[in-house]
Amino acid sequence: MTALATATAAPAAAPASSDTILSVRDLRTQFFTRDGVVRAVDGVSFDLKRGETLCIVGESGCGKSVTALSILRLIPRGAGRIVGGSIKFEGTELTTLPEDQMRKIRGNRISMIFQEPMTSLNPVLTVGAQIAESLHIHQGLDRRAAWDRAVEMLSIVRIADPKRRAGEYPHQLSGGMRQRVMIAIALACNPKVLIADEPTTALDVTIQAQILNLMLELKERLGTAIVLITHDLGVVAETAQRVIVMYAGRKAEEASVEELFRNPIHPYTRGLMGSIPRRTATGRRSNIRGRLQEISGIVPSLREEIPGCAFAPRCSYAVDRCRTEQPPLDPHGPYHLAACWEAARVAATPR
Amino acid sequence: MDGTPGATAAETVLRVKDLKKHFPVHRGVLSRVVGHVFAVDGVSFEIHRGETLCLVGESGCGKSTVAKTVMRLQEPTAGTVELNGNDITKLGQEELRAHRREMQIVFQDPYSSLNPRMSAGAIVGEPLTNYGLAHGADLQARIAKLFERVGLRADAMAKYPHEFSGGQRQRLGIARALAVNPRLIVADEPVSALDVSVQAQVLNLLIDLQEEFRLAYLFVSHDLAVVEHIGHRIAVMYLGRIVELADNADLFGEPLHPYTEALLAAAPLPEPGAKRERLILQGDVPSPMKPPPGCHFHTRCPYAEARCKVETPKLEEVKPAHWVACHLRPRGGPFGPLKARAA
Ligand SMILES: Nc1ncnc2c1ncn2[C@@H]1O[C@H](COP(=O)(O)OP(=O)(O)OP(=O)(O)O)[C@@H](O)[C@H]1O
Ligand SMILES: Nc1ncnc2c1ncn2[C@@H]1O[C@H](COP(=O)(O)OP(=O)(O)OP(=O)(O)O)[C@@H](O)[C@H]1O
Ligand code: SF4
Ligand SMILES: [Mg+2]
Ligand SMILES: [Mg+2]
Repeated sequence: MTALATATAAPAAAPASSDTILSVRDLRTQFFTRDGVVRAVDGVSFDLKRGETLCIVGESGCGKSVTALSILRLIPRGAGRIVGGSIKFEGTELTTLPEDQMRKIRGNRISMIFQEPMTSLNPVLTVGAQIAESLHIHQGLDRRAAWDRAVEMLSIVRIADPKRRAGEYPHQLSGGMRQRVMIAIALACNPKVLIADEPTTALDVTIQAQILNLMLELKERLGTAIVLITHDLGVVAETAQRVIVMYAGRKAEEASVEELFRNPIHPYTRGLMGSIPRRTATGRRSNIRGRLQEISGIVPSLREEIPGCAFAPRCSYAVDRCRTEQPPLDPHGPYHLAACWEAARVAATPR
Repeated sequence: MDGTPGATAAETVLRVKDLKKHFPVHRGVLSRVVGHVFAVDGVSFEIHRGETLCLVGESGCGKSTVAKTVMRLQEPTAGTVELNGNDITKLGQEELRAHRREMQIVFQDPYSSLNPRMSAGAIVGEPLTNYGLAHGADLQARIAKLFERVGLRADAMAKYPHEFSGGQRQRLGIARALAVNPRLIVADEPVSALDVSVQAQVLNLLIDLQEEFRLAYLFVSHDLAVVEHIGHRIAVMYLGRIVELADNADLFGEPLHPYTEALLAAAPLPEPGAKRERLILQGDVPSPMKPPPGCHFHTRCPYAEARCKVETPKLEEVKPAHWVACHLRPRGGPFGPLKARAA
């Protein structure tokens, strides 16, 4: 059974040791729409170690956000739900945890920065009050102490004049400042895990650099493990220790960041890397107005069951088996997993 | 030649001089004008046949406004736009129509810029119909050819926009722009809404078409990697002004303006472990309603001197074909690294 293969392959390369703070196994999350079932997350497994930064990359719609929302149990009721698999946080199973206990974890031990800062801040509350509220609920601080700590958090995320800013409303802040407020809220309770869903996509590059630096600095200081979701391979290269590449709701490849960039194995990962116009640290381009590699075809619909490898219709290496049988995540070298039947042939082909 | 950045002997398709666009800001029940957004505040450049000029800069710096005023989709507040040597800024709508054929625009959002109630074929053929250039079987044949040229199957002509993927829709937009054989295509963030794998298809197509038809592109983007890939020359904007304009290799190889330097340093590189000296700009971009006096960049510039706060630096050709607006980069150099001032 391929589902089993997916579930058992992950620990082989990244054993769930005492180091592991979050362990996801064969996660399946589906949405139930009028046009049928959407298999948004279709058997994803991974481990997160204490204090590390794990990046999840992949094209729009491949299930990155839904994976994150599943961990926090924030899949909108009625629209969809986790239909299988397990999520363990410090040994506690989250998928079956009663909601009142889940609430104690959410925003406290595991917190999240959402893709869109404007919609996730409350427009009618001052930013200070929003940070203080979380401290009041989770840490039991009284109003006064919570407010003081909120102001302190704003200065930690380097908002100038934090006393005054704490009394302002979200619309009075710039996009970069709002994102910093989101980080302040997320970090207020010293979470063990921070899930950041495209935290800088809506921001300018100079502000993005400020925010990424800040997140990494705070991580060092507080020892928080970070799951960073992005589709920007530049951000991945500069922040991650390990990377997961997702395609159509499944994990296609997983490796350390150096290994993934040096030696991508899955044809989708290779396509992804070949299709980005590259700038290099030396300021010299590898490929001036040359042709970029294209991945022809389009992402498959998640509404239909995909019997074989989800990438097969677009893959130049595909053989018959790829279209009928789902490839397991097999190890390729020390810490490197790829789900591809033809991995050996791909690896032997120069990029 | 005169002092327009980018002026050379090559065949000039577009010449923009001192272009300004100020938007009035209204407030209160009487809609009093309480100020202006200085969206574009004196921008000059030229584009030649077969050339791509890229406009980069962060959100709100005025890139789209330049694109729209060049197309006269918005009326400029001041300045001139010459298309093939004709000033089009003062033409009436009728006269403008003839010139419009020469320049076409491709928009950022392939989802909202195509009419959902028109078939793909009708969308692509619309400019041909509008200018009365083709009808009947000839029209259908030309549309089919355009579809093929941008890598779409001709039998997709009967489909509607929602039946296409993002990349395919962007191809429809490009096919439509090509229909009337323009010389200039203004592309405002044409790949920003696309996934990287689809982005590659569209960039490849744009480069192929340019080589085939010697098209000139005004290519607006905030993505430095894309710009470095596709641009012959690059103009960097900050708060409504061009702060640096140079050939691709010069700009990326030796950025001279402190803002360009910061922009290049800020963009993350897809190279793990690439250790770079990172200049991280502090502070936010100031409001374009109240741009700082002197050099607009002085509030964030690590090298700013006293005069930067009062005197506006002019865009000067500090070395051949390399234009910079910075007091610390006078004509003729020195061009080495600048020294940060103690805060
Ligand atoms: N409420 C919902 N109802 C139905 N389908 C949904 C819902 N939310 C998400 N989906 C579907 O689940 C799939 C995965 O979505 P998800 O938001 O996780 O993608 P993503 O990888 O985060 O993409 P992006 O990079 O665009 O943010 C998509 O196909 C999406 O259409
Ligand atoms: N119609 C308008 N009325 C008032 N202000 C406007 C109008 N259009 C644009 N602006 C303002 O002019 C400035 C420049 O906007 P523009 O859209 O040209 O920026 P841009 O560089 O294209 O940014 P982005 O990268 O976000 O697309 C911004 O401050 C914007 O808010
Ligand atoms: S003119 Fe002054 S403030 Fe402006 S970029 Fe140059 S050094 Fe910095
Ligand atoms: Mg998402
Ligand atoms: Mg714009």
